[in-house]
Amino acid sequence: MSTDALPVLTANDFASDQDVRWCPGCGDYSILAQMKKVLATVGTPREKTVFVSGIGCSSRFPYYVDTYGFHSIHGRAPAIATGVKGARPDLTVWVITGDGDALSIGGNHLMHAIRRNLDINIVLFNNRIYGLTKGQYSPTSPLGKINKSAPMGVIDNPLHPLSIAIGCEATFVARSIDVNIKHLSMVLQRAAEHKGTSFVEVYQNCNVFNDGAFEYATDRNSKADTTIEIEHGKPLIFGKNRDKGIRLNGMEPEIVELGKGISVDDLLFHDEKAPEPSLAYLLSRMRHPEFPEPIGVFRAVDHPKYDEELNKQIETARKNRGEGKIEDLLNAGETWVIE
Amino acid sequence: MATTTETSKAVVDLVSATVRFCGDSGDGMQLAGTQMTNTSALVGNDIATFPDFPAEIRAPRGTKAGVSGFQLHFAATEIFTPGDQVDALVAMNPAALVTNLSDLVPGGILVVNKDAFDAKGLEQAGYKVSPLEDGSLDAYQLFSIEMTRLNRLAVDGLGLSQKEADRCRNFYAMGLAFWLYDRPLEPTLRYIDEKFGKNPNVAEANRRALRAGYNYGDTTEAFSSQFRVSRADLPAGKYRNITGNQAMAIGLVVAAKRSNCEVFYGSYPITPASDILHELSRHKNFGVRTFQAEDEIAAVTSAIGAAFVGAMGVTGSSGPGIALKGEGLGLAVMTELPLLVINVQRGGPSTGLPTKTEQADLLQALFGRNGECPMPVIAARSPADCFDVVQEAWRIATRFMTPVMILSDGYLANGSEPWRLPAVDSLEPIPVTHPAAPTNGEVFHPYARDERLARPWALPGTPGLMHRIGGLEKQDITGNVNYEPENHQKMVLLRAKKTALVAQDVPEQTVDGPDAGDVLVVGWGGTYGALATAVRRLNSKGHKVAHAHLRYLNPLPRNLGEILSRYKKVLVPELNLGQLRMVLRAEYLVDAIGLNKVKGKPFSVNEVEAKIVELLK
Repeated sequence: MSTDALPVLTANDFASDQDVRWCPGCGDYSILAQMKKVLATVGTPREKTVFVSGIGCSSRFPYYVDTYGFHSIHGRAPAIATGVKGARPDLTVWVITGDGDALSIGGNHLMHAIRRNLDINIVLFNNRIYGLTKGQYSPTSPLGKINKSAPMGVIDNPLHPLSIAIGCEATFVARSIDVNIKHLSMVLQRAAEHKGTSFVEVYQNCNVFNDGAFEYATDRNSKADTTIEIEHGKPLIFGKNRDKGIRLNGMEPEIVELGKGISVDDLLFHDEKAPEPSLAYLLSRMRHPEFPEPIGVFRAVDHPKYDEELNKQIETARKNRGEGKIEDLLNAGETWVIE
Repeated sequence: MATTTETSKAVVDLVSATVRFCGDSGDGMQLAGTQMTNTSALVGNDIATFPDFPAEIRAPRGTKAGVSGFQLHFAATEIFTPGDQVDALVAMNPAALVTNLSDLVPGGILVVNKDAFDAKGLEQAGYKVSPLEDGSLDAYQLFSIEMTRLNRLAVDGLGLSQKEADRCRNFYAMGLAFWLYDRPLEPTLRYIDEKFGKNPNVAEANRRALRAGYNYGDTTEAFSSQFRVSRADLPAGKYRNITGNQAMAIGLVVAAKRSNCEVFYGSYPITPASDILHELSRHKNFGVRTFQAEDEIAAVTSAIGAAFVGAMGVTGSSGPGIALKGEGLGLAVMTELPLLVINVQRGGPSTGLPTKTEQADLLQALFGRNGECPMPVIAARSPADCFDVVQEAWRIATRFMTPVMILSDGYLANGSEPWRLPAVDSLEPIPVTHPAAPTNGEVFHPYARDERLARPWALPGTPGLMHRIGGLEKQDITGNVNYEPENHQKMVLLRAKKTALVAQDVPEQTVDGPDAGDVLVVGWGGTYGALATAVRRLNSKGHKVAHAHLRYLNPLPRNLGEILSRYKKVLVPELNLGQLRMVLRAEYLVDAIGLNKVKGKPFSVNEVEAKIVELLK
């Protein structure tokens, strides 16, 4: 056994030598800072960590962390990551993506990476706009949104990342907000710890092309009423005075005021480990302005992981048939000899 | 009294024979052909096969659309093609007869299942009058046999339903063909044991059907003689029968082992490439990881991801899938990772002719990507050659850190030939190196290059070599993102030069035939057999014709221009509209002439020979 203590890593150890080139004031800076802290806390050696991204502002992320990195092509990061993790289960893999990258051009790869439940972490920076191409609407842009490619307003019904992930049988689903740094750290940490595909949506402000898209959720005066922090086993309570809650009325959530005959026990209690994803889905459908939007871990359950199963089959084949030999491979089936 | 092992009939010796089984796609014709092929290989014949089946799994029964065929050429001499015309045709129904008869030589043996020539069957095939009765088949030796009835009698008493009983009919037809060409039944009996052993009644029914067909030939007076094709004088060694797709898959496993890598095969099912995925998935004890991806794009990009972390990344498909992989291939070129890309070509464009062969993806392989995006391209020329081509492709990919495109086609993929097994100790290691962790804190440069202009293959997991790669243009040496004009020009030229340098690392082009003369036939890929046979025939008649078959299509062999200049005329036969011809004309300013066919079928020897003769005039 080695007596060398493992070096203690700090967030700075994960800074690469590249200049960060996001626009000043971009929400990505905050996510990068929290990620570096979390990487240091998790403690996986830098050389054992691989960041994979697609195309878009968020996908520049791998250049700014001093690990192995692959800035690939639009939408394909989950597929690249599948090859990385499938071939080398010893590596820790993060996929950094955006709303257009993950949900438009890469929708198919996202869906299949999640359902396979590879042990990877997918962080989707949702800014509800195409930033890198300068301001076209994205698959998460709200109806009616005026922008460069929809001057009369968006008519494409938006997708909701967490609802998609849950529909794809995700085993870990969470949401946080770029400027809510403590919460973001916690969520990234939980994602890192989860075995299986972790899917995290981060509300991220694009201060150039879609400034204020999440102001309701970040404004000091309104956020207590427009967001709700969900925690496993705890009732859904929110509001500046923590006097409001979410109660189930049949299959539907409703906002109730505590007191006046309604106690905490009447409220919906969060269960991130529920085997069925119905509750997580219900929470993912709670949207501003009708409801406070949940942040935190929606779902965290254990299921077989593709990379583990893939490599288990290799082990089993080797155990049952022995390590393959070229001689046997060539001579398989019927052979004959010509003198 | 005649038995199944000795015959009372006259035996005629032949140098070679070509037999085709044809029937409904549910009639088991592929199995019949495969069994006769394996048996012929085992008795020592040289063989070449041509399975030909419809894209529909089960087209309506009895229709022309549903006809499936398997052609087998076996010989006592070395052969390269499945034969232009067939000597014996076994047709299980009228639709099979009408669609295949034109390939039967005049005077050839025609065996038909008489029971299928009922009113419905004739109508489906478009016959107004039964050809068995109107004298239209008088030019052939017609054997009209009640196969359905006789087969049912043979399997009677085993408790099979009529449908199950009829499913044995292909074994009856096989038995008859085996008798006709004096093939032993034992290999097929072994096959029946292996395949149907768990279902004793079915196994017994198939055995009985096989023997009944054999005995029919032997005991009835319909057939007056039997044919014999003795063993071929092939080079000494151990052989097995192999298809192109099998050889490709086995080749991948062996190349990985030789380089101490493990295969990661990302693939999406597509005809005619899927058998590579099937074969590879059986070899997990070699560390082979097969990933059936959600689409063609994920297939290539997952393989690129696997290559990044040190696996032998491979993706395989056919033309439509390669089109979808185009962007990913550009990424592999830009990131300079070793990757193998297999295109088992089929008839195009678009979905085209999924089960038919064509060579029309050459320009796609050479140029079908955005930007200046060079990639070595090499092509297999026969089913067994797929094994050798994979070894060469992986050697180039790892020595030069580049994706390599391997071209096969539907004809090679499904066709088979005897494969002389290489001696294991002749398969030397394919050396692959990865840089080790730096010991004195030096900075790692992921885009520094060696004498072949290859960059280092640094693997995640190695301390001190952390680096980032991607699709954006790289700065020379550092690999940092860079948009400077001079750097881009330099990098585009570096990638082009690296690919061009491969020509210095591979053998010179050789020529079969005189090294100067009247006509040089230049070909590539699966047309090898037809071209080689045509040229040899003309050589034996004293004509100054030679054959250069290109394995390396990018870069072209370094001595090719010089070879082209030694012949008066250059003929380029291709199963496309002249793609290699266009490249040769552009590269060497040679006035190459084309012989081009796009019928979803391979060249016949005769049509190639006729074209050469025309040029000799």
